[in-house]
Amino acid sequence: MTWYIIDTWIVLIGILAAVACALLGNFLVLRKMSMMGDAISHAVLPGLAIAFLITGARASLTMFIGAAVVGILTALFTQWLSRFGKVDEGASMGIVFTTLFAVGLLLIVQAADHVDLDASCVLYGAIELTPLDVVWRPELFGSALQVPRSVLVLSAVCAVNLLFVVLFFKELRIASFDSELATTMGINASLMHYMLMTLVAITTVAAFEAVGSIIVIAMLIVPAAAAHLLTDRLHWMVVISATFAALSAALGHVSAIFLPGWMGVDPSVVEATSTSGMMAVIAGVLFFIVLFCAPRQGIFVQKFGRFEAE
Amino acid sequence: MFEISEIIDVLLLRNYNTRLVVICTMLLGCACGLMGGFLLLRKRSLMGDTLSHATLPGVCLAFFVGVMLGGQGKSLPLLLLGATTTGVLGCATVLFIRNHSRIKDDAAMGIVLSVFFGAGVALLTIVTKMPSGAAAGLESFIYGKTASMVLSDFRLLTAVTVSVLSLSALLFKEFRLLCFDEVYAAAQGWPVKRLDVLLLALVTLVTVAGLQAVGLILIIAFLITPAAAARFWTDRLDQMLLLSALIGGVSGWMGASLSALIPNLPAGALIVLVAAVFFLLSLLLGTKRGVLVRYLRQLKLKRSVGRQHLLRALYEILEAEAGPTDDVLIRSVPFRQVRGRRTWSDRQLRGSVRLAYREALIDAVNDRDMITLTRAGLEAAAQVTRNHRLWELYLIEYADVATSRVDRDADAVEHVLGEKLVALLEAKLIKLRMTSGLQVPASPHPITPGD
Repeated sequence: MTWYIIDTWIVLIGILAAVACALLGNFLVLRKMSMMGDAISHAVLPGLAIAFLITGARASLTMFIGAAVVGILTALFTQWLSRFGKVDEGASMGIVFTTLFAVGLLLIVQAADHVDLDASCVLYGAIELTPLDVVWRPELFGSALQVPRSVLVLSAVCAVNLLFVVLFFKELRIASFDSELATTMGINASLMHYMLMTLVAITTVAAFEAVGSIIVIAMLIVPAAAAHLLTDRLHWMVVISATFAALSAALGHVSAIFLPGWMGVDPSVVEATSTSGMMAVIAGVLFFIVLFCAPRQGIFVQKFGRFEAE
Repeated sequence: MFEISEIIDVLLLRNYNTRLVVICTMLLGCACGLMGGFLLLRKRSLMGDTLSHATLPGVCLAFFVGVMLGGQGKSLPLLLLGATTTGVLGCATVLFIRNHSRIKDDAAMGIVLSVFFGAGVALLTIVTKMPSGAAAGLESFIYGKTASMVLSDFRLLTAVTVSVLSLSALLFKEFRLLCFDEVYAAAQGWPVKRLDVLLLALVTLVTVAGLQAVGLILIIAFLITPAAAARFWTDRLDQMLLLSALIGGVSGWMGASLSALIPNLPAGALIVLVAAVFFLLSLLLGTKRGVLVRYLRQLKLKRSVGRQHLLRALYEILEAEAGPTDDVLIRSVPFRQVRGRRTWSDRQLRGSVRLAYREALIDAVNDRDMITLTRAGLEAAAQVTRNHRLWELYLIEYADVATSRVDRDADAVEHVLGEKLVALLEAKLIKLRMTSGLQVPASPHPITPGD
């Protein structure tokens, strides 16, 4: 195999998307709302469809806004259902996103005569194609760099998320572990919740438009869960999860190139498999290594520790 | 809008294709509604989501194996087997993670969903690029094709529905125990983990059978929405499961019929929306936990609490003036003085006064803003005060609550003391000679009269 400049971009885009998701994912996992990314990434379909029907074009900014608005609404509706309707949180999430998805599907079918919007393009992104969308060519050390649009968008999202986590770290920590305590301390816990949900929605939409929803769902949960098994300190958890996310993005792309060969498929026929899929798989592999081998929470240590005690 | 004959055709299932689609979705709706009920009570509603995504790698692997064995790869039994295998594996992984680490259910489901689906996408990309075998349309296995079901789908769905229904009827008692008190079930010696796996295996069966017939989103919705809707109407598990299966079946029937009537509307999406409408109606109107019923119940409680507060305040004012041995006599009490008895706003108090007047507990408030109890009002007031005092004495005597604090504690409980409990309190306290017969015992703590 050969490593092209395009591969470097893919890895960079993957890392940016993964880290942006993992930063927020820590708080979702701690609040037992891990499936939010999954819900939002399915639910945004009507947002995309309405934005398309209004503007009549696949302009990416309006579609982005439409999707982000519906994403935030998903989080809101879920919370209302579980608070005022006393419905189990998981169930309310499921009801909201399946209903929104169905509405989106109907809208798309109505517009389908002149659109190539299709439900499955929402689910698998095409990270392999993102480097082709070049918008900025700065001169650097004498050579022109071809910066894809996704790099710029995801860098911005990543920076905003990082800023949010760093600036509001104390508030987020207290609100995640004990929202009542946070309220008595004068921190507006529900404001923090809505800010977090807004950022999750924006990150989800920005990332899956670029790289596909599977990376978003995986990176919101898996690195944070792995980090949760490694440490009890929240700041370390954030750092570790971001590292895991970056690592799985990089390893994911490499293994996507090698996997067909390992499976015994002729590499000249099948060049590489889906990078997004493999990033999720690598994140899963890292999680399972941690699950078994973590120094204190790991399954091996817990079994071994019990032996010692006896 | 539609020809009547057209509607009748659809309702009577005259068209072969409509008949097949409607019956299949109804069957699936029933089976999913039933399993969804169990999932909802186990707080695992999103398991259907996880499961249906976790089948993708199995489908691809089965196809891969099929091609390697030299076939076309797209044989339905093989694909179903593959889907079931990874589905069950996914469930088992969720249970494993949850049972062996501090990762919670929701994160475990998310991990399995994303990792399995990621593996599925990676495998799918490989098999579609493979020259041998036609993998095109393989992903439609999990996205479904509601409008184009065939007879074999019907047979499969019937078999699955019947087996799921009969198995959950057979194991109803065990599953009920599992849903409501897992720890107790384990302590009773039930094989909780195996039952859990069995329950999830049944869910997998329904999901896999349904997936290729109606698609991922519809299955997820079918597993969540009818059950959540049924929960608003009843507190009994058997009724809830029946209702949930009914709602699932009816949504399937109505959605599929609508889709047959109106061209260009996918049945899957319509069924999801019909189920969502059922859910919204139940959310508002449900007779056990519906929003409206709960609001009315709360209003009623608030009113009765307000009335009791008013009566006790009046009684305690009159009592303070009557002296320790005399009978309590009816006298007009200024509104301001009652207002000073508690922390309540003018509006709250006026509301309570109005309600008490309507129930003939007090006379009309006169122009000098004086409140006067009626005969019946005094009796009710004595009763309320007596309950309050009984509870206070009980707290002091049996719960060792400090005398200065009992007023507050009793205040929270006095409104919900039933007749039985009052009788019990009387029996206990009469034995201690702290109270006797029907009269109101003296307050154990000083009462500050309002201004």
